[in-house]
Parts: sequence; C-alpha cells; structure tokens
Amino acid sequence: MRGHVQIWFFSGILLLTYGVLIAGTGLWELSHPLANPPVLYELHPPIWWGAIMAVAGLIYVLRFRPR
Amino acid sequence: MSLASLTAALAYFQAPVKGSLVHLGGVDIAVIAIYFAMVIYIGFYLKGAANTSEEFFMAGREMTAWIAGLSFVSANLGSLELMGWAGSAYQYGILATHWYWIGAIPAMLFLGIVMMPFYYISKTHSVPGYLSLRYGDGARGLSAVCFAFMTVLMSGINMYSMALVMKVVLGWNLNFSIWVSSITVAIYVALGGLRSAIFNEILQFLLIWLGALLIPIMGLIEAHGWTNLKAQIAQRMGSMQYTHLWSTTAHFRDNPMGIHWTGLVFGLGIAISCGYWTTDFLVVQRVLSAHNLRAARMAPIIGAGFKMMVPFIVILPGLLALSLLPFHLVPQDVAVATGQHSYNEVLPLMLVRYCGPGLLGLGVTALIAGFMSGMAGNVSAFATVWTYDIYGAFMNKKASDSHYVSMGRWCTFIGVLISVGTAYLVQHAASIMDYVQGLFSFFIAPLLGTVLLGMLWKRATKAGGFWGLLSGTCTAIGLFLWVHFNPAALRYVAFSPDAKVMAEDMYRAMWSCSACVLVTVVVSLMTQPKPIQELEGLVYGASKIPEEHDDHWYQKPIVWAGVVAVGFVILNVIFW
Repeated sequence: MRGHVQIWFFSGILLLTYGVLIAGTGLWELSHPLANPPVLYELHPPIWWGAIMAVAGLIYVLRFRPR
Repeated sequence: MSLASLTAALAYFQAPVKGSLVHLGGVDIAVIAIYFAMVIYIGFYLKGAANTSEEFFMAGREMTAWIAGLSFVSANLGSLELMGWAGSAYQYGILATHWYWIGAIPAMLFLGIVMMPFYYISKTHSVPGYLSLRYGDGARGLSAVCFAFMTVLMSGINMYSMALVMKVVLGWNLNFSIWVSSITVAIYVALGGLRSAIFNEILQFLLIWLGALLIPIMGLIEAHGWTNLKAQIAQRMGSMQYTHLWSTTAHFRDNPMGIHWTGLVFGLGIAISCGYWTTDFLVVQRVLSAHNLRAARMAPIIGAGFKMMVPFIVILPGLLALSLLPFHLVPQDVAVATGQHSYNEVLPLMLVRYCGPGLLGLGVTALIAGFMSGMAGNVSAFATVWTYDIYGAFMNKKASDSHYVSMGRWCTFIGVLISVGTAYLVQHAASIMDYVQGLFSFFIAPLLGTVLLGMLWKRATKAGGFWGLLSGTCTAIGLFLWVHFNPAALRYVAFSPDAKVMAEDMYRAMWSCSACVLVTVVVSLMTQPKPIQELEGLVYGASKIPEEHDDHWYQKPIVWAGVVAVGFVILNVIFW
C-alpha cells in the first residue's frame, strides 16, 4: 500500500460526512418535529450519534491524512 | 432505444411501494448514495494497484494485521448472517449466540496459532492450492470445483435474501436491489481485485456497526436493562429457556433449538466451526494477504475479538424484539401466506422502531453493506480459485501473468452473473435455498479432516487425502438423503428423535468429518507416503517455522489469543 491513501482515511471521510449529515438532521428536527417520531425520539439520538460519528471521523481524517 | 423499450426497462426496476414498512426521505437516500459513490471510487482508486496476479488475487500480500483481521470478520458478515441470525435469536433465543462464540472463537484462535504458519510459509494462493502441494491435483481439483460452485450459489442466495428484505421493508423492487448492488460489487472487485474488496470490507464493517449499534443501545434503554429484559422475555414466552446459553442443553427437549450440548461442542464447535473458519477460502484468503507471518497469525485473533462482540448487534436485537415488539413474528412461509412479518425482518423492524431520518438511511446502508461485503468475499474467492486452481491448474498452465489477471477480472463479472442467476432461481424455487445451504455444509466439514491431517500428520498420503475428502463428502450427502427420505433415521444420525434441523446439521458434520479422518488414515497407512524432504513448509514436524522477534511480550500472538480465550470463557459463564 506504499504511496496509497490508507483505508482509515477513507473511513474517516465517510464517518465525518455521515456524522455532519445526521447530526445536522437531528438539529433541524428540533425546530421541525417529526409527525410520526420513532420510539425514544425524545432522547434525540440523531444529534449525539451523529456528533460521535463526526468527531471519530475527524480524528481519523487528521490522523491518517495523506502527507 | 425506443420510448416503449425505455418505459419497459424502467418498469422493470420500478418499486412496488405498496405495503412497505417504511419510506426513505431525502437525507436517507443521500446517505445510501454517498456509500455507493465511495465504494466505487475506491475501486477506481485502487485499479492501478492490481496489475499483477499477486496484487489482484492476494492484495500484494501487504495487509496489516488489523486490516486483514477486520476483513476476515467482515467477509463473513453478509446479509444472511446479519438478518438471518437476528431472526434466529427471535426464534430460538440466546442459543443463536453459539454460532458466534463456540461456533467461531476457538476455531479462529486455532487458525491463528496452529494452522496459519503452514498456510503462510507454503506461500499458497488458496486452500485448494495447499491441498495441491500436500496431496496432489486430485484433492485440489475436487475441493476447487466444489468451492467454486458453492460460492457463487451462496452468493446468489445472499443476494436474494437481501433483495427480499429490501422489498418488504422499503418496497424496493427485487430486480432493482439485485442488479444495482451486484453491479456495484462487480465493478469495484474487478477493478481493484482483493485489495479493493478488503478496503471496502473495512468500510462496510464500520458501517455495519454504526448502523446497527444504535438498536441494542436504544432497546436496552427502553427495556430498562438486561435484567428487566430477561424477566420480560420469561413472562412473555412463559419460559426461561430463551436467555440461557448452556443450562438448557442437557436434553434435546429442554431448549427451543432442539439441541444437545454434545452437538454444540463436537458438531458446531469442532466440525462445522473449524471447517468453516480454517478451511473456507472465502475467509482464509483475507488472512493470506497479510504482509508477514506475525500479521497473518494476529489477523484471526483480532477477528476473533470483534466476532465475539457481534452478538451485541445481531442477537440482542432479536431478544429485544421478543420483549418489545407489540406483535409476534412468524416463519417466512406463514408470513408470505398471511401478510405478517417474518423472523428475518426482525432487524429492519427494530431499526424502524428507533431510527428517524438520517439514522434510518445509515441502518439501511449497514444492511446493504453487509450484503455487499459478503458478496465481494464470495466473488473474489471464486475468481482466485477458478483462475489458480481450475483454469491455471488444469486448462492453461503456461499463460502469462497478465493473462491470469485478465481472467480474474472476467471471472469476477461471470461470478456475479451466476450469482444473479441463482438469485432468480431461488426466487422461483425457494426450497432450493435449504438444499444449497445443506450442500455447502456437506463439503466444509470433511475438508477440515483433510487439511488438518495434511498439516499435522506426516504419514498422510496423496491417495489418503483424496479418498478421505471424497468419502467424507459422500457420508454427509448420504446422511442427508437418509433423513430426508426416512425422518425416523434422525434418532441414529442425531442420537435423538427430538433433534431439530440445526442439531441434525451439527451431527451430520461431525460424522462426515470423522469418516474423512478415518478413511484418510486407513488409506494412508496402506499407501506410500511422500519423502520427508517434500513435506518441508507443509507439515508439522517437517517444517521450520520462522522465528518471530517480538520486542515485548504483549506483541506475541499467543498472548492475545489467551486474552480472547479468557473473554470467551467469561462470556459463556455469565450467560450460562
């Protein structure tokens, strides 16, 4: 894999993108509640799960970015 | 293309949304589309690193222990594995966990500690390749043809299973699911070879966890913890059988699976599990791509650590559904007839229960990723075995390296096309699914006997290997047919008339492996063995295993194997 971007960098990009997208959706839903919310929606899983993914993705992107 | 034919083509893929469980929003579609774009991009990105056969089929043997280990587990984590075992957990309770613990962990550790050195130092490209070095072309041809045939058939069954769930849950048309996902897999594997398959398997492994992990977390919150969940299941099912791993296996009638602990330990834990995890080239190929012997030994151990945690995202959702879903799930045939939900839909049902827009897309992507990793594993292993062990060994021995790479790329497409054909065949004759899965198990258990004796017993001969493998396979088929045509024979095959299908599978595997070992030993003792010099690098006692120079004690594979083994024992005791 010499000279190649590592798979961990690709993973980081994907996690970061998904995290931002999902957390953003969760934040938007704070002001636009769903008509048929899923069970335990009051815990706002998209916000914290998306945030965890975004942070993990950012760490991977920075740690394994091509140099 | 005329307007009429274009309309007809679009209608072919049009989704019959009527009756679907859920509808995806824009953000969900975006999550799925980003995933497809990423896996295809990786295929194109790695195209330049798959020019020689060593690069295309073995990923250049450059993978680290972590990458090979995660890929080793991910290739097995297909859609049948994810949705099927979640459904089994709903049906049989925590007993389904045995397929992840006793049915995987000891075998994976055995592969890493005992068997990997022989696979690795022999520099074989495949498991049939090892058989060729050890026993000659007879055993190689038999195992290669069976493996290639079964691999593409299993891939098609996986494909059909995924498409069926997508149809029920999302209302997606079967043709759409089958063609879009299989063409994507064909593109990225044909472009980047094993390296591309492995890279995407890592990505898919992460996605499976991220998409599915929220279900047990939210479920445990809703059920108010594990202790309350057990009490709720006991109350709802009227039995404590669903939450105990071993304490109900003293008799076939005492547990929902109709199984005895001897079948679990000797049939599942030894014959089936070791047969699959140590000789099935689909998973072994990932480990053979490691960059050195230490990485090759560590990869299955790392894989075992992760495999031990998979029940959390597969089995626990099934158990949570037993307690929390307001309706009962039914077998597939009943679901088709009555319009109820089947056991196999338990994971998507729980996903829909907790996930809104965005997270739902992530969960669906996890299911698609599971399917694609399983299929990529199948087609990359098929391409390798076909090219090296059938085409290169028997049809065209002296072709150039670039010719074999080209053959591998074409094989990837052909393997996908055969898989698609199988998916349509299964669609019209669902019972084929049971038989093909049975056929797969017919071959795996005897192969264990052949490979193990080849690695550990210098006296095993070419004729012994071939006739042992053939007789073990015939024993499995014979026992299957015996019980199929005379169900009363179950009392002899599985030791009890109360045994159920899964118990029968385990005992059949045990008998076929035993028959293989017995015939191999007897025939070997009657025939001339190979000179000891020809066994160098292939057999224990005739090979010098390269010394590994670890700087610290904690870098030794045996230490980590011990850690995983202790964890395995503790988990079994906790859930006894």
